[in-house]
Formats: sequence, C-alpha cells, structure tokens
Amino acid sequence: MELSEVYSRLTAVLREVFDDDEIIARPELTAADVDEWDSLKHIRLMLTVEKTFHISFSASEIGNLKNIGDLATLIHTKLSRH
Amino acid sequence: MSSNAYANLHWLPQPPENFSSQCRLVSGLGAELGCSLQKLASYRLNGNQLSRLAKVLSSCRSNRRPLSPLTPFRLGILSNSTLDFIVPALEATALRRGIALECITADYGQVIQEALSPDSVINRAKPDAVLIAVDLRYLPLRTVPGNQQASSEIAAETLQHLQAIRDGIRENCGAISILQTLAPLPEGLFGNLDRVLPGAPRQLIDAVNRGIAESIYGTEDILLDVAAIAETVGLAEWHSPRQWNLAKLPFADELVPLYADHVGRIVGALRGKSRRCLILDLDNTVWGGVIGDDGLEGIKIAQGDATGEAHLAVQRMALALRERGVILAVSSKNNDDVARKPFREHPEMLLKEEHIAVFQANWNDKATNITAIAEELSLGLDAMVFLDDNPMERGLVRQILPQVAVPELPDDPALYARTLSAAGYFESVTFSAEDLKRAEYYQDNARRITLQKQAGDVDAYLASLNMEITFQPFDKTSRSRIAQLINKSNQYNLTTRRYTEAEVADAENDPQCLTLQVRLADIFGDNGMISVVICRRSSPSNWEIDTWLMSCRVLGRRVPEMVLQELLRRAEFDGIEKLIGVYKPSERNKMVEDHYRLLGFEQVSSGADGLTTWELQVRDAEVKGAPMLVRSIGFEPVET
Repeated sequence: MELSEVYSRLTAVLREVFDDDEIIARPELTAADVDEWDSLKHIRLMLTVEKTFHISFSASEIGNLKNIGDLATLIHTKLSRH
Repeated sequence: MSSNAYANLHWLPQPPENFSSQCRLVSGLGAELGCSLQKLASYRLNGNQLSRLAKVLSSCRSNRRPLSPLTPFRLGILSNSTLDFIVPALEATALRRGIALECITADYGQVIQEALSPDSVINRAKPDAVLIAVDLRYLPLRTVPGNQQASSEIAAETLQHLQAIRDGIRENCGAISILQTLAPLPEGLFGNLDRVLPGAPRQLIDAVNRGIAESIYGTEDILLDVAAIAETVGLAEWHSPRQWNLAKLPFADELVPLYADHVGRIVGALRGKSRRCLILDLDNTVWGGVIGDDGLEGIKIAQGDATGEAHLAVQRMALALRERGVILAVSSKNNDDVARKPFREHPEMLLKEEHIAVFQANWNDKATNITAIAEELSLGLDAMVFLDDNPMERGLVRQILPQVAVPELPDDPALYARTLSAAGYFESVTFSAEDLKRAEYYQDNARRITLQKQAGDVDAYLASLNMEITFQPFDKTSRSRIAQLINKSNQYNLTTRRYTEAEVADAENDPQCLTLQVRLADIFGDNGMISVVICRRSSPSNWEIDTWLMSCRVLGRRVPEMVLQELLRRAEFDGIEKLIGVYKPSERNKMVEDHYRLLGFEQVSSGADGLTTWELQVRDAEVKGAPMLVRSIGFEPVET
C-alpha cells in the first residue's frame, strides 16, 4: 500500500474514532491538536488502526509514536513486510 | 458461522453508510426519539459506532428529553478492570432491546468496598441491578497442584467472597446482582492434566464456575455466563494479553459488542422484553425448495440429504423452543392447502400443524400477515421474531414493522439454526411450569385468520429496492433457460403449456409471435430471468397470450403489471387492438386464477373445466406499475 493511501485510510479512522468529519491525517498531527484525544481514545485509535489495516502493534511500538507521521510510517513498514 | 460471526453479530443488518450523520440527526427528533434510537441500535455496530450512539443517548438524557417508549434501567457495575469502552457499549446496545440503560460505575478495582459500604457510589445510587464484572484476575485463585484440600478451600473462599459482594448489595441498596462465570486463560500449566488434577487451573475454575451457577439457582440473582460466551468465540480470542497490558481491558475489545449484547439480553429479559413468538417462512426456510413448484416429492427435508438436514435443524430448533414456551407461527406465500401439505403428509417433517398457533399461507405481503398474527395471539410486534431466507422479505418487514426482530441469514441453510440461536432473542432469566404449559395452550390451533388491512407502505419499500426490469425477445443465448422455466414453473403459470427447446426456438423465429423474457435486478442482486411470455397473433389485430409465467421469488413486486405495460407498448407498435388471455387451471396454479381480473381484463367466457377467457382492449388499458427502471433490449424501437 502506498503511503498516501495509508494517510487517506487514517483520515477515515480518525474521523470514526473522534466523530469529527473535519479531521485530516497529516504527519505533524498530535494528540494535543484534538480535544477528545485522551489516553483512552488513544487506545481506541490504536485498536481501530489495527483492525482497519489487519496489523498489530506491540506496547513499545505504541509507546514510541510521537505523531501521525510516525504512525503512518509504522503502518506502511508493517504492511510492506507482508 | 465462525467465531467471527458471533463477534460481529452477523444476525444484525449492516449499518447504513451514513450511520454517523443519522446519529447526529436523531437528537433533533421529538416524539419518535426513543424509537429512532432503538432503530439505530438494531444494526451490526462496532465499538466506535456504539460509543457514538451512547454519546447521543447521554446527551438526550442530560437534556431531559423524553425517551419513551424505552424502558429505563439503572445498572451499577463493579469491576477490577477498565470499563471505559464497555459502559458506552452497554448503554447503546441495551437500546436494541428497548431499554434506556444508565450505568453507574465505581472507582477502578473498588469491588467489595463498594458492595459493603452503605454510602458507596453504587449503593447510594440505588440501581435496579448490579453487574459484578470481575474476572479471574480479581479473585484469589492460587493454583495448588495436587492439593485436594487446598483446592477445595480456595474454591470455597472465592465463592464466599462473591457471596459477600452479593449480600452487601442486597442489604445496602436492595438491587439484584448479575454475577459472571470466569473465562479460564488459554495458557495452561500442565496441559491436558489441568482439568483433572485438583488445584490445577482448569480444575479450580471449573469448580468455581459450578459453584457460582449453583449459588444462583433458585435466587433472584442472575448469571451472565461469560465462560460460555468466551468458549463460543474461543478463549484465545477472548483474552488479549496485549490489551490487558496496554489498558487493563478485561477481554478483547472486538468482543465488547457481543458481551454488551448478552448484558442487553439479560436486562431485556428482566423487563419482559424477550421475544415470545417465532414466525417461520416455509419455502427454503423450514424445508429446502418450493412446495408449490417442487411438490411433496421435490422438497428437501430428508435425513441423509445435506440440504434436508439443514432445514430439519431449523425444525428441531423451533420445536425445542416451543417446548420451552415460545409460540410458533407460519407466514408463507403459498396457497393454504399447498403449504399445509408437507405438515400433513411428508413423513420426515418434524413440525406438525398442531405445533403452529397461527398458520398464514396466502399471497399478501408478510408485514400484513405478521401484524395479523400478533393481533390474533394478543402479543405485541416487539414479541415477534421472523425467520425468512429471502432478503427482500426481511427488508420489507424490517422497514414496515421495525419492532419485529428479523435475523439476517447466511447463504448456507446449514447455519440458519445456529444464527437464530446466536441472536439470543428468547433469553430467559427463569423457567417455570407455566412456560412448559404455554405450548399446550396453543395446541390444536394452526388457525388461519382473516386479514384486515395492509400493514404499511409497501410502495415506499419497493421504491427503495432500486429495481431494474429488463425486457427482451427470446434469443439463442437464453433459449435453454426459457425452456427450463416453461417446463418447471407450476404456480405462477396461466396455462402450464410445456415446450421443448426446439419449440421455444420456433416461437423465437415465428413472425406471428411476440416473445418476452424478463429479468429483474435490485439492491440484493440480480434475480436473473423471472418471467416468460409468448403471444400469438390469432387474428390480424389480436394477440392471444399463449404463455405467461413468473417465478414466485418476485411476487409482490408488481412484475405482472410491468409486463403488461410492456405488452401494451409492443401491441401498439404491432397494431394490435386486443389482448386475449386464458387461465387454464391445473393442480398448482390456483394463485393466478384472478391474474387477468387484477390486471383489468374482462372475462368473456368460462368453460366446464374451469378454463376462463379474458380480453383487454389495448386502447382503453390502464395499468399502474411500480417504481423501477425499465429497459427494453432487442426490439424494434417504439415511437413515443
């Protein structure tokens, strides 16, 4: 999957999780930019991403994410390993 | 049906594409708010969608919006794990069963403290019930391999602990308790010995679970059999070490919708919302095949035949449900005597007429029939479950009678019985002698009742199907399918004239003949060829309709009207002034006795053998079709 498609699917996931149709997945987006993005929503986001892309993350992978850019890259790497 | 089908609640229909915007719109509604929330909950929703719906519910509640006809229920929850994802799912899912659920949660891990202290959050809230959602991580379940005595003591101690929680709740706020069994971890210790050896993990958990069940029986408290739910989907699916470590989720997040549905079943059952009547379709549901076309010898219910066994399993389940007090009814598009024949004469039928409280076999739409059944039994529509293999019938009933539960069925009939059972419509928190007698009370009936009026707007439903009807003259490609229909169709067949493929080819090439092959597609898919017509020029300005047949799968869609419209267009083009129709009775085609009358033909004669002849003046004809896209292919163009 191309990185651009990862972003467009991530946009759909973010919209689903945060119930906000304005939100767009961009590399520098972080939890601080979204009101509802607390630690629990973060777990929900990770679980929804896992389900959407049929991949899974370890705790340390999740712990190392700084922004959506990191997340997209991680997804992209995992998908290209298949 | 795999564990996935359970986890994703496959008996529920898919949510609409615009589910989120529907959620936003619903809070703007007035009187129908409660019903609309229930309708939104009736879809196959994932955790995010359930959260969204719960948010709408909770904002309606804080704005003090009236939620009738939903029944309020307040549920306290004690748990040793993270409930943040579970609570919204519980509240949204309970809507599915007509319950406006409000959850009250205590602080994380405060279980026994909350139960025992009279002024705890839970006890002060005076809930209707308290869910004790603790799992094996909370309880003092040390493994003591090989030590019988210690093992018994640990089990007893665990059960006492749970009993103390129940007693505390009962004493301090008067609520009933909902207690969970424990789902064992898939990680074993010895391996297969784990269930045998006293004090080994499985042996201990088995003992505790048995003790929990025994302690519930005969009390007002209720069991939520989490061990059974987890077994059904698989323990490896149920327990997610990753999610426990990440967020202390007590079980895998994907299974929250299923867990919530089970809690909803129990709360629903406590408030009398469980379903009480199962309405069965017959053709391709209770037996394989179509009785009107295939006949007694052709339908499949025999042992040893895979399809037959699948339908027998449906019958067996219906009978077992009846024995525990669920009322059975039939709604079938058939002639009454034809539909009853297998019940009376087929040796392999398990269901008999005496098992059926109301037997509705006619050609009306099923929504009207289900309404009549509910009235006859003095039950609400919300007590009904309707089982039908046909997606169009399911869609119609869901749209017109949203209160009726209509399970989605997979393509393979082998999974019908399992799907019906997985949906948990008939959840019960008690079982009494009265339940056993209910079946007898409805014995000796198989009543047939007269219908009053049509139940709802069928036209609007038909319009929503996006039907596309295609007319084409006979052609070489379709010749064998046309011949097959001509030789197989019994019920919707005006003259039952049988032709070989060569004779079909003759009609195709005969300039004196007008031939039509008709196809129908809709949102459920392509129905393929569903109707065949042959008209022969009997005089320069007349067509005699030699053959007119239709597949019963598309009954109730106004296909005959659409076909007549096409015939009239063709007739005008060919300079035909009059259509002559004949009804030739056979053993099986009584359903089309009135075909020509209903289409506006005038009867001109009737013979001793029941044969009737009808005429329609092309110029005067008026026929009301149905909303569908019409395509005519391969004809000479008609001037319009």
